[in-house]
Amino acid sequence: MSSHPANWNFLTGRFTLDSLPFLNPDLEGRIVLVTLIVVAVVGLAILGAITKYKKWGYLWKEWFTSVDHKKLGIMYMILATVMLLRGFSDAVMMRSQQAVAFGSNMGYLPPEHYDQIFSAHGAIMIFFVGMAYIVGLMNYVMPLQIGSRDVAFPFLNNMSFWFTFWGAIMFMVSLFVGDFSTAGWLGYPPVTELAHSPGVGVDYYIWGLQLAGVGTLLTGINFVVTLIKMRAPGMSLMKMPMFSWTTLATSGLIIATFPVLTATLLLLTMDRYLGTHFFTAGFGGNVMLYINLIWVWGHPEVYILILPLFGVFSEIVATFSRKPLFGYASMVYATLAIMILSYLVWLHHFFTMGSGASVNSFFSLTTMIISIPTGAKIFNWLFTMYRGRVSFSVPMLWTMGFLFTFTIGGMTGVMLSVAPADFLLHNSLFLIAHFHNVIIGGVVFGIFAAINYWFPKAFGFRLDEFWGKVSFWGWQLGFWFAFGPLYVMGLMGVTRRLSHFDDPSLQKWFIIAAFGAFLIAIGILAFIIQIYVSIRRRKEYAVGNDPWDGRTLEWATSSPPPAYNFAFIPRVHERDAWWDMKTHGYKRPLEGFNNVHMPSNTATGVVIGVLSFVCTFALVWYIWWLAAVSFVGLIAYAIFHTFNYHREEHIPAEEVRQFEHTGNWSPETQGATA
Amino acid sequence: MNTTVADTYGSAPTDFYCAKEPPAHNGTLIGFWIYLMSDCFVFAALFVSYAVLGTSYAGGPTGAEVLDLPGLAVNTALLLISSVTFGFAMLQMQKRNKAGMLMWLAVAGLLAACFVGLEIHEFLGMIAEGAGPDRSAFLSAFFTLVGTHGLHVTVGCLWLIVLMVQVGRFGINEANVRRLQCLSMFWHFLDLVWVGVFSYVYLVGVLV
Repeated sequence: MSSHPANWNFLTGRFTLDSLPFLNPDLEGRIVLVTLIVVAVVGLAILGAITKYKKWGYLWKEWFTSVDHKKLGIMYMILATVMLLRGFSDAVMMRSQQAVAFGSNMGYLPPEHYDQIFSAHGAIMIFFVGMAYIVGLMNYVMPLQIGSRDVAFPFLNNMSFWFTFWGAIMFMVSLFVGDFSTAGWLGYPPVTELAHSPGVGVDYYIWGLQLAGVGTLLTGINFVVTLIKMRAPGMSLMKMPMFSWTTLATSGLIIATFPVLTATLLLLTMDRYLGTHFFTAGFGGNVMLYINLIWVWGHPEVYILILPLFGVFSEIVATFSRKPLFGYASMVYATLAIMILSYLVWLHHFFTMGSGASVNSFFSLTTMIISIPTGAKIFNWLFTMYRGRVSFSVPMLWTMGFLFTFTIGGMTGVMLSVAPADFLLHNSLFLIAHFHNVIIGGVVFGIFAAINYWFPKAFGFRLDEFWGKVSFWGWQLGFWFAFGPLYVMGLMGVTRRLSHFDDPSLQKWFIIAAFGAFLIAIGILAFIIQIYVSIRRRKEYAVGNDPWDGRTLEWATSSPPPAYNFAFIPRVHERDAWWDMKTHGYKRPLEGFNNVHMPSNTATGVVIGVLSFVCTFALVWYIWWLAAVSFVGLIAYAIFHTFNYHREEHIPAEEVRQFEHTGNWSPETQGATA
Repeated sequence: MNTTVADTYGSAPTDFYCAKEPPAHNGTLIGFWIYLMSDCFVFAALFVSYAVLGTSYAGGPTGAEVLDLPGLAVNTALLLISSVTFGFAMLQMQKRNKAGMLMWLAVAGLLAACFVGLEIHEFLGMIAEGAGPDRSAFLSAFFTLVGTHGLHVTVGCLWLIVLMVQVGRFGINEANVRRLQCLSMFWHFLDLVWVGVFSYVYLVGVLV
């Protein structure tokens, strides 16, 4: 058992007033103080506005306790956008620090603070931006695409959201109470061992990720069961829309990898809390065990992030080229091949471990092979566009930007997969440029494409084109300005995670990179303006159920869709089911409605989320009594919840009828009395 | 998916919607089964850790010195018989015999509780001998793998008690049958994991 630190007391654990960084009079303390004031003012303004307009009841009933996959999807997207701002602020601080910290100028961030920033940036961008965005998208779109009323386990879906939410809050709290991990986004030991990181930072990191990880795992299970069990009659697997296919593949990967993350972090937790020796330097511990385990999760994780966006691009390319997707079957097989191969490449993250030529060769080859199905996909998208009537709307613009940027990122990835070359490029800025190239060029571009594409479905009005284009060009140009120089410097041997440089000849590259970050800031700002302007002009931008002349079932129902999604469950005969319906003169039925069963809202997800947060927060600060009390409360509440056997309610046929006569439909799909 | 079955709750195959509500699909059992498969990955990670660290004694005791095979035989027997009695309970459930089912569930739970009790006894004994989880990487991996399994059994016991109360109060209804089937899968799954722990950790551990 590890002993308590000297300042530990029973009531507040190791928390004292000294744990509040904004009370420190130094520069670092001042930065945190200003941030705190801004967050507090904005936060209080939002809370005040909700109170003033008496929206608490509405939020509680319609959103927080909602089990509707569409509302949960939107909440994930909002969470991800807020966290994007946080993660990007970290990026701006890094870029500006590196642009000035040369020679005698140490910049404005001390190394201890700088290390927290890059650790938080990476972990937040992966877990609470990328993951939250894709889970939000899959949540919103997938059940609609397969003609279902909801996911298989709607309550679990709500609980997953709250786990993710509180994981994000854990990271945010670390900004103002205590500090954050300095050990990078994957928290390698031995730095993360208690002996080297005695503070609360690593514990915040561990527990924040554990909460989010459990939420994601439950989501993965939920989606797989939904896709297996709840597809509309007639929709065989090979008639599923491509986005739903990629959701299935991603969810499968989540199920196969997130438990490994949970277990790995558990072992690190044991080391830190119970004095075990899994990854310690002495007593037989093995650091490389952690690094292998974390990448067994970590590499599939990047495919978890990108696969749904491959699905997004497939939908967008087909819709805006007004052609069926080229090579649908090969696209499905490529997705599955990537899914399996992604599990066999993890060691390429540490060729330098010294596992020998044969092991390195194996992982080098699997890594190269993975580019084959990915390349097949790129060609499929290009062939879909070939001889199509391509319209360059904003979603299509993002898709073209993706095709260009992501392909280059993929090629630098193949360069890194050559093990001898990796010995030179390992941990260099070349690597940083490579993975931002695929994550920004693939995941982020895909998310913005998806938001522009499905926003009209979710809200009944489209997004502003002009600001959408500004946002696109800000990101597209900003990306190359920010990461082009990193490729160059990486080839010259500059390593990552440095807060200060001696060689003045590098400064010009870092200034260019900082300018790139500024352009990306414009891209983000334009995105927010785009949302704002579109809300202001929502009457002018109003659309019906099918603004893009879409091909898949989500476009068959009203925009926004009713709680029950489809008054009648669609029957599917072809791929691109909605296109099939339109070309066969489908008329929407306006009579003969049935009662619809829907799951009831529940507060259990909120309560369990709050209690898990209290429990893990108490563990971070060694407040054992609070951890014990909240843990018992958590179990007790979960048991209490199982005594509720009435979890469904009816939407009466008359209510369905009323909505089907008043909902938001395009004139051409306006129905007839059956 | 079966496309022809659609006609039983719709009309002609050219129709684009089901005039009547299709029957609800309950995904709980397959969902729970998938959860168990994900739990396999947790155990896989712990087995891997044990495989890597299993001989890192750091000058401390080896498996042959601290592992208690006679105790293990009793423990294994308890858990395996518990699985059989849980199976008897499920047979009673299918006959809708509430009293018989509750009786067999109680037996299964009692046996599992004895298993956990013996395991705690073994752990405390090892810690008292100075062979606790903080002594060496081998012991860390041992305690974590065996302890995680034991924790699962403990959770299973708690779940069993809750379900017995619920069956007692609400009878063998549809929801409770589903829950019992899930717990049954959980119970047998833990048996399977134990076979792995028993062969790889204890038997191999005593040999090397």
